[in-house]
Amino acid sequence: MTFSVLAGLKKFNIPHKFEVKNIYEYYAKWIREGKLKVNSDWNKDLKIKFTVQDPCQIVRKSYGDPIAEDLRYVVKTVVGEENFIEMTPNRSNNYCCGGGGGFLQSGYKKARLEFGRLKDNQIQATGADYCVAGCHNCHAQIHELSEHYGGGYQVVHLWTIICLALGILGENEREYLGEDLKEVAVYGA
Amino acid sequence: MSENVVKLSSKHKSKFMHKVMELLPEGGNLNLCLTCGACSSGCPATGLDGMDPRKFLRMAALGLDDEILKSDWAWMCTMCQRCIYVCPMEIDIPQLVYHVRASWPREERPKGILGSCDMALKNDSCSAMGASPEDFTFVVEDVLEEYRELQPEFKDMQAPIDKQGAFFLLNQNSREPVTEPDEMVPLWKILHIVAADWTYGSKGWGGENYCMFLADNEAWEHITRTAAKQADDLGCKVFLNTE
Repeated sequence: MTFSVLAGLKKFNIPHKFEVKNIYEYYAKWIREGKLKVNSDWNKDLKIKFTVQDPCQIVRKSYGDPIAEDLRYVVKTVVGEENFIEMTPNRSNNYCCGGGGGFLQSGYKKARLEFGRLKDNQIQATGADYCVAGCHNCHAQIHELSEHYGGGYQVVHLWTIICLALGILGENEREYLGEDLKEVAVYGA
Repeated sequence: MSENVVKLSSKHKSKFMHKVMELLPEGGNLNLCLTCGACSSGCPATGLDGMDPRKFLRMAALGLDDEILKSDWAWMCTMCQRCIYVCPMEIDIPQLVYHVRASWPREERPKGILGSCDMALKNDSCSAMGASPEDFTFVVEDVLEEYRELQPEFKDMQAPIDKQGAFFLLNQNSREPVTEPDEMVPLWKILHIVAADWTYGSKGWGGENYCMFLADNEAWEHITRTAAKQADDLGCKVFLNTE
C-alpha cells in the first residue's frame, strides 16, 4: 500500500533506488497522452451516476490534492462529467470510510459500522448509483455500509470502469457491477 | 463524559506523550493544543467507546496513561489523519494512537490484525492471506493463460513475475489472487494496452500491510525491506501501488 511503503522507507531509513508512485497518476497520464483511448459514450444515454471515495492513504496521507485531481480526471473521462457527483467534504478533507487502520480485521464491527455512518450519509446524499473506491479496505467497508444502511449503491474498482469504457471488460470481470451494467458493452459478446 | 471524577496528582507523567514527542519533529506539536475541538467535530470515531481525539490527547497530556490503555479506542481510530489536516496547530494525534497501539502486549492486540500480520511473516510474499510465492505464480500464470486463449485481442498479454529491468514493479492486494482472480485481469489489460513495461515480484508482492496497523515496527520494517529489495534487485524504476 502506498502509505505503508512511503512511510516505512522513511521511518526505517531504508535506502532504495526507485520512486514510489500510485497508479491513479499513471491512469491520468496515459489518458492525457492518448495511450488509453477512453470516453464516456457508453454512459451517454444510460446516465448512471458515480461518486468517488478519496482514499485517505493515497490522498491526504501521501500525495495530497494533486492525485485527487488525477482521480477525478480519470473518473469524469470514463463516466462523463455530467454523471459525476462529488461527495462533501472531499479530496484531502474527505472523511475516512472506516475500513482503514485495520478496523475491518479488528473485530469491533458495531463500532466500525457506526464510524461509517458519516460516509454512508455522504454517499447517499449524492444519489449516486456507484461509488468508485480504488482501495480494497475502502471497497470492502463501503460495500458493507451500502448493505447495512440500505443505500443500495454499488462499489467499483477504478480498473473496472476504465475497461468498461474501453469495451474490453468481459463477463467474468463484472463481480462488482450491478444489474444495470452487467450486460453493457460486454467484451466478446 | 465519565461519571467518576479522576484525581490528578503532580506524579502523573505521560510516557505516551514523552515518547511520541521524542520521536517527532517539533514534538508532533502535542503540547500546542488549543482545545478548540476541530479534530473531534470532524472525526468519524468521535463518540465511539466514549472517546474522541481531543479527549484522547488531553488524557495523555494529563498523564492518564492507564485509563487510555483501558480503552479500545486506539483500535477504532483509523489513523486517517483528518484531525491533523483540520488542526490549526497540526498536532499529530495519530502518532499518539499508533504508540498506544504499540504499547499493548502484542498477543493482546486484536486477533484479526495480529493474524493478518503473522500471515505476512510466514513467507517471502508478505501477503496478509499467507499465499506463498509459488501459489501466487501459479494463479497468475493460470489466469493469464485462460484469458489469452478466451479473448483473442489479448493473446499477447503479459503478467510477468521477476522480469529483470522492468520499469514498474507492481504490487498486488492478496484478495484478488486468493479469492477473486478474475479481478486481476482488467488491470493487466490496461497495462497491455498502454504497453507498460511492468512486473510483479515473487517476493514482497503483497500490497497490504497489516503489521503497520498492528503497530509492530519490526514486522512493518521487514515487509518494507523485502519489497524494496525486490524492486532494487530487479532494477525497477517505479514502485507502483494500486492503492
